[in-house]
Amino acid sequence: MTNPYDIIVIGGGHAGAEAAAAAARMGAQTLLATHRIDTLGEMSCNPAIGGLGKGQMVREIDALDGLMGRVADAAGIQFRILNRSKGAAVRGPRCQADRALYRAAMKEALFAQENLTIMAMSVEDLTKDQNGLFTITNAQGQTYQARAVIVTVGTFLNGLMHTGEEKTIGGRVGEPPSIGLATALRRLGFELGRLKTGTPARLDGRTIDWDSLEKQEGDNPPEPFSTLTNSITNPQITCAITHTTAAMHELMRANFHRAPLYSGQIAGIGPRYCPSIEDKIVRFASRDSHQVFLEPEGLDDPTVYPNGISTSLPKDVQSAMIPMMKGLEKVKILRFGYAVEYDYCDPRGLRATLETKLVPNLYFAGQINATTGYEEAAAQGLMAGLNAALALSGRPPLVLGRDEALIGVMIDDLITKGTNEPYRMFTSRAEYRLSLRADNADQRLTPQGLILGCVGLPRRAAFEAKIKRLQEGRAMLQNLSATPQELRTAGFQINQDGARRTAAQLLAYTAISFDDLTGLWPQISALDPQTKAQLAIECTYAGYMQRQEADIRAYRRDENLILPLNLDYDSIGSLSNEIRQKLKQVRPETLGAAGRISGVTPAALIALLRYARRHPVSGAV
Amino acid sequence: MGGLNKMPIQDDKTIYTLASAAGRAGVAVVRLSGPSCAQACEALTGAPPPPPRQAVLKTLRDPHTKEHLDHALVLFFEAPHSFTGEDVLELHIHGSRAVLQALFESLAQNPSLRPAQAGEFARRAFENDKMDLTQAEGLADLIDAETAAQRRQALRQMEGDLGALYKNWAADLTQLLAMSEAALDFADEDIPQDLTKGHNKTISVLIEAITQHLCDNHRGERLRHGFVVALLGAPNVGKSSLLNALVKRNAAIVSPIPGTTRDIIEVSLDLGGYPVTLADTAGLRETADQIEHEGVRRALERATHADLKLVIMDASQSAKPDPTISALLDKDALLVVNKIDLVKNQSAFPQNALLIAAKTGEGLEHLTQTIINKIETAYAPTQNPTLTRARHRYALEKTLAYLKAAQTATQDELTAEELRLALRSLSQITGHVDVEDLLDIIFGSFCIGK
Repeated sequence: MTNPYDIIVIGGGHAGAEAAAAAARMGAQTLLATHRIDTLGEMSCNPAIGGLGKGQMVREIDALDGLMGRVADAAGIQFRILNRSKGAAVRGPRCQADRALYRAAMKEALFAQENLTIMAMSVEDLTKDQNGLFTITNAQGQTYQARAVIVTVGTFLNGLMHTGEEKTIGGRVGEPPSIGLATALRRLGFELGRLKTGTPARLDGRTIDWDSLEKQEGDNPPEPFSTLTNSITNPQITCAITHTTAAMHELMRANFHRAPLYSGQIAGIGPRYCPSIEDKIVRFASRDSHQVFLEPEGLDDPTVYPNGISTSLPKDVQSAMIPMMKGLEKVKILRFGYAVEYDYCDPRGLRATLETKLVPNLYFAGQINATTGYEEAAAQGLMAGLNAALALSGRPPLVLGRDEALIGVMIDDLITKGTNEPYRMFTSRAEYRLSLRADNADQRLTPQGLILGCVGLPRRAAFEAKIKRLQEGRAMLQNLSATPQELRTAGFQINQDGARRTAAQLLAYTAISFDDLTGLWPQISALDPQTKAQLAIECTYAGYMQRQEADIRAYRRDENLILPLNLDYDSIGSLSNEIRQKLKQVRPETLGAAGRISGVTPAALIALLRYARRHPVSGAV
Repeated sequence: MGGLNKMPIQDDKTIYTLASAAGRAGVAVVRLSGPSCAQACEALTGAPPPPPRQAVLKTLRDPHTKEHLDHALVLFFEAPHSFTGEDVLELHIHGSRAVLQALFESLAQNPSLRPAQAGEFARRAFENDKMDLTQAEGLADLIDAETAAQRRQALRQMEGDLGALYKNWAADLTQLLAMSEAALDFADEDIPQDLTKGHNKTISVLIEAITQHLCDNHRGERLRHGFVVALLGAPNVGKSSLLNALVKRNAAIVSPIPGTTRDIIEVSLDLGGYPVTLADTAGLRETADQIEHEGVRRALERATHADLKLVIMDASQSAKPDPTISALLDKDALLVVNKIDLVKNQSAFPQNALLIAAKTGEGLEHLTQTIINKIETAYAPTQNPTLTRARHRYALEKTLAYLKAAQTATQDELTAEELRLALRSLSQITGHVDVEDLLDIIFGSFCIGK
């Protein structure tokens, strides 16, 4: 037996990697226990990072000096900003990544991390003694101890894979499930439910007729995720698009009785936004074609990911249906698609720090909390890692508000509303979407990271320099102003209302750009392009930011009213039984969270006021 | 919704509510709380607030029309020495609904004010450490009762034409927002590129409809007239005598209404604290006379718009209503048998008939009470309909403002932002719309997910 660690992270997927790195950045002696070292940073499903909503979260992870953005930049082989034609608030950076490069970059980042030990093992048991010390036991019977544990087991908890009638236990092809750990969690008192997700077959790109297909190019130049990445150095690739056909749908329909989704073989609920192809055909019966993106998985790897045909149909059906698509007539299937069912735990049992309410110092992150997606998992891992370390050193937690980060929106949704399907981030979930942009993630979160101490020196230097440039630019735009008369002379169509307008105010007009202003104020051209772009976005949204201030104040007021976790809801007279049950189930940590539980009325909130204690907000505006 | 925050709109505006018990009362107390109390006082009384804690008698006038509203005792409590810890203004006015309605109308015109949400005064008191927290639970009960009554009333309104109208708007708006969000959140998916194509037109239609609704010409009339009671019956059954008799007994605020036709005479009066308009119509009978025919047509039209119909027959003519009269007897009608003093056998008339003699006054007290009961059932007994209306109006005006902003927004995400806020305002009336509702529409409409 060695000296206890501060923190043990179980699982080396996207959540586990961020959790371990974050805890170690905070100075906690951390052990990352994973099945296999060579699958650290594995992308089990599609070889892409980011997207709408998700890309913003990657920027947020990066802002707190997390790994995902930097690793994706090192591995990215096609970058695109989605919604580029729309406003900055809804633009989502996305990249396709070379899976091998991604694993390599992740491994490198983790092994370079101080305070972090990485060991390959299968964790079979988890216990907590009366001194609050956790012990994990691996398959070889070796034990390790820690003061806090973060469980990030992805789809491995009682994982069961389905391909047609064939069932294989495991969390990922060729890898065993975590069964002992599921038993251990049940013994600790957790109730586990069942979810499912799926993945398509993998194809040999050398057997695809690329020339016959429509192409999709990336952005040129590619825009990196991380503010620490200067430029993308990998060669960039092209993807192609093909379509399913009516004949293919027909073939699949004829075999639906063999599909685990419909034969009753799968009990878990899958995500609506990541449906299998059989699901799409049933739900949209009138469509005789669906798009399929053919995404290369790597520069030196012929494997191609056919995005859009996730399936658990039997192998012989997959073999017959895939060549029915254009360009794939002679395709060789490298691996068949499958669905995987796994255990999860109702996230309403978590605090905003992702600590379980049931077992102090035990944290859950990623798919165990009923989320889907690498980015959602990584974001939770980051928050669990930071908070576990903060708690051990007796410091206040880092809870991101719905007004501060999409990460905050996600965690709050999970812990107050729960979910009945795997949860994915959408920007429409955020009421303050216009503030929670990809472009300002660092401005929103890096200052908090600096205070906590989870942000390293390189980022500190880069951030401070950027902020200085922005402040100077802002001051310049505020100080330059002109009368309507002067503006008209300069060629602007402006109301002749006698009111002076600052450069900042002028930039709020869609029709006016920085270039238009340089004629009037030549000094503006001294600003660097990045600063200009950032300031232009700020000016566009300035009016909206101002308008939502009162809303945010009200939100903050309610978030500052803390409800004790052990509040005796039975002793509060004026609550209806229904509301009482809901409150007891969720045990909201703030009055605001209580209000977001469906069915909780204003009157119930007034009754709860009595128990609410005001707390100062840490680090919030 | 996530994006559509369920929490009631809370801002730092000055809020107002009826602080005294709803329903008929000698005195009603309207309380305002927030930074604009002094400004509101000046607007209504033409003078700054009186010194703190001193009751002063003032004349309240509508700030725009200068119309005389009421004499009121005005009290001012300066922050932080008040119930809520903010500036508080109390207006003690006469308990008539007509007065209350007029005052709420004037308050609604003031952009610095808005009607309070349930529990909001208590909430502000708590925020400013003004509430003994052991009172919180009792207060919650009170607010629960208030919200329950509100819900009942809202439900009743929601069942009617008005409810259908609001719900249609909410459905249109939800659909608009769902499509806007689909175009933003699923732009990389296999969805139509022109999802928001018809939006500006739909928004225009909504704006037009809500604007129409808000400046409905009949609304002001209805507010002044209150509950409309139409008197209907064959010629010479004694409609005019009944009108005169009712006016004489309740001549509180009788005033002739200008602009009525010579066929219909309307008189407004205060019946037990409620503003009521009595409409005397032309006699109903088959006729070949062009002018009289037109009179009958108008009478019947008035009847369909009335809140209550008094269908009158002459006791001395027949014991059963004739078919024309019977056809008018629906749930909003009372059968009144006049000239009962002229017959001996009073048991010959239908059981539910109200027997009166307008000339002698017999049965009039009972008739008046029956009308008041009808009004009270029509209005919620515990909830002030005026305040509900003020809240609705405020919510609709907000909705309208956001819709207009949506129309001129220059980027898709800004249009969506305005639509979201418009829907949030409208859902203050029609009920909460969650982001999950939007996602349901989106996932039901499009095949999303790769």
